[in-house]
Amino acid sequence: MSTFEPKIVAFVCNWCTYAGADLTGTSRIKYAPNVRIIRFPCTGRIDFMLLLKAFAEGADGIIVSGCHPNDCHYTSGNFHARRRWMVFRSLLDFMGIDTRRLQFSWVSAAEGARWAELVNTTVNNIRELGPFEEYRQLRGAGIE
Amino acid sequence: MKELKEKARDLLKNKDVQVVIGYGDGTGGKPRAIFIRDPKDADRLIFDEKCEQNLAVYLLKHEVKKLGRPAIVATVPVVRSIIQLAAENQIAEGSVVILAITPDGKLTEIKTLKDTETFVSSNPPYTRPEDLEKLERIEKMTVEERWNYWLDELSRCFKCYACRSSCPMCYCERCTIECNQPQWVSPASHHLGNVEWHIMRAMHIAGRCVNCGECARACPLDIPINLLTLKVSEDIRKNFGLTAGMSATLEYALSTFKTDDKEEFIR
Amino acid sequence: MEKKTLTKENLPRFLKKLQEDGNRVIAPKRTGEKVDFSVIGSPDEIADDYIQTVQSAKFAFFPKVEEILSFTANKSGVKINDKDTEKIPSTVVFGLRPCDAAAVASLDAVFNWDYKDNLFNSRREKIGIIGLSCAKSDNNCFCTSLGFGPGDTRGSDILLTELTSGDYLAEIITDKGKAMMNAAPELFTAEPMEAKEKNLADIKAQFKPEDLAKRFPAAFDREDLWLEQSLRCIGCGACAFVCPVCACFDIQDEGTTQNGTRLRCWDACGFSLFTLHTSGHNPREAQNHRWRQRLMHKFAYMQERLGVLGCVGCGRCSRACPADINILENVKMILEAK
Repeated sequence: MSTFEPKIVAFVCNWCTYAGADLTGTSRIKYAPNVRIIRFPCTGRIDFMLLLKAFAEGADGIIVSGCHPNDCHYTSGNFHARRRWMVFRSLLDFMGIDTRRLQFSWVSAAEGARWAELVNTTVNNIRELGPFEEYRQLRGAGIE
Repeated sequence: MKELKEKARDLLKNKDVQVVIGYGDGTGGKPRAIFIRDPKDADRLIFDEKCEQNLAVYLLKHEVKKLGRPAIVATVPVVRSIIQLAAENQIAEGSVVILAITPDGKLTEIKTLKDTETFVSSNPPYTRPEDLEKLERIEKMTVEERWNYWLDELSRCFKCYACRSSCPMCYCERCTIECNQPQWVSPASHHLGNVEWHIMRAMHIAGRCVNCGECARACPLDIPINLLTLKVSEDIRKNFGLTAGMSATLEYALSTFKTDDKEEFIR
Repeated sequence: MEKKTLTKENLPRFLKKLQEDGNRVIAPKRTGEKVDFSVIGSPDEIADDYIQTVQSAKFAFFPKVEEILSFTANKSGVKINDKDTEKIPSTVVFGLRPCDAAAVASLDAVFNWDYKDNLFNSRREKIGIIGLSCAKSDNNCFCTSLGFGPGDTRGSDILLTELTSGDYLAEIITDKGKAMMNAAPELFTAEPMEAKEKNLADIKAQFKPEDLAKRFPAAFDREDLWLEQSLRCIGCGACAFVCPVCACFDIQDEGTTQNGTRLRCWDACGFSLFTLHTSGHNPREAQNHRWRQRLMHKFAYMQERLGVLGCVGCGRCSRACPADINILENVKMILEAK
């Protein structure tokens, strides 16, 4: 039986989710090591092209997480992000990319336990979905 | 279309405009874009159901702008393109005379942005049934079938950018694909480069596309890329109640928000 | 030059034999209303009853994306791996029209004028061309005006002409053609009685190729004509990419600092950034200057510098152009300009 360990890239905002993940650590809560966290000032800064790059570079799953609506450090960045994700997710689904590989969430700076739960659930889900071969196979395809 | 030719001739004679952008006879019965500067040439203007090319793309070309104040023959999607361009500050109030033609062949001369808004609200957006059918057919497929369908279609793309060049909304002098520090999306036409390009284009057009279908018409390889932008437009309309090209006041879906936007997909 | 008959039953058998011998076969395939070159599995995928394919078959010689080298870098240094030309598959291109076959000579000239392009030449060497004469044409075709023709043998290794019976006259033109025939010589029978010319499209020449050298160089300064022709050009690359002769390319490096690849991709002089210098200066900032370059290059510069024409009159660019820019119409406009 193969031991596939998914690679998850997490795009998180500095003020809420990153701080929350910090809290998870200082609270000594263990969670799956499959995640690589990339810190942004705000979810509003996260360009969809970065998510595509993550998939192209070998991510099997992506977490995008930020402040709860109304709690954004920059007031409305997460509202803009939310709209962008709705459109992007729907487009990817239309193009045949399994949107279960894209996990969006709001995790605040106080939700250390929740971050661990989110990561663990996501890792389990992606483990079941398997490696994101279809997208990775695009690399190198169509080149003579 | 006699009325159109007369209108064009008058506008040029009175020096209201220096160029009339319209359709003329092309190769083998196809129409083509023509630029009339001499009132005597106004007779070359034609209009029939084959005249579908979105002429609004010419309003932002330097070479055309240099000719002077234009009048433009515009079907409903073209009028909507012009409104959207005005909302994005690419076309100034009063800088274009629009010779709008409704689907039943009625010609209206429009000079102000307010009047263009009135025109489109009485001629609501029309999506071709065959495009809606194709959209539905794809939506009914499984995720895997959709991936195979799009990979099949998009792998044929050879990055000629006819889709971009023919779209009035793609007016960026330096497109993101041409940025190479860093290279966000590869301009090479391998499978990854093609998929990324079309996703990127659909996202950058999101909320601005008027569904004129020009991208698919322009594609020399008959790739139905208008389905991507149509899907995104429909989503934006259903989820946010916004439709591009209806108002000259910009309300861009991705730079506005409502605090109660739906978010079932967010944990 | 040997002339044989290849019956309509033996043609698919011949192609099948070439496939069995390890050749990949590229031929025109139909999808919906359009026909285009594609690698085929079985000869019955080959389209019939069409005038011209959408794209040329130049991708067999000059792919739309080609890796030219790859590299790995680590503490001990950088290792560069050239493209292994042994891996290029042996290929037969079937159904090239005489115009497309003649275009290969123009590609040869471009890829060998100052530097012998190893990748192009390796592919070229591994390709056998079975041309197919034209029985029909449309108003976009103008091969005869450029000195080519619907039954021209230049560029083909074997040229097939369909006769009234449905069988083919097979002209074995080159040694490579002979070698291809010898893969299944029993499929080729004695020369047919029917004349080749009876089965060729009648394409009236609309100008003479010698006129090009007389009129084009002076036309460079006719800003009025170039503007007129190109006002409706939207600046895409459709014309360049479907053209069997256009060979401009861009180089893209992809990868990381540890390993990467260098790709050669198609490029087009119609793109606004085609001549953008690093300094920010763009000598061809206006579309009419880019358009002028396209026509001057095809109809004057290539002849002057490489001794080959940059156009074979296949008409693809006119058919593919989203703005209906018709190259024949524009060439005639230059030739007839006062």
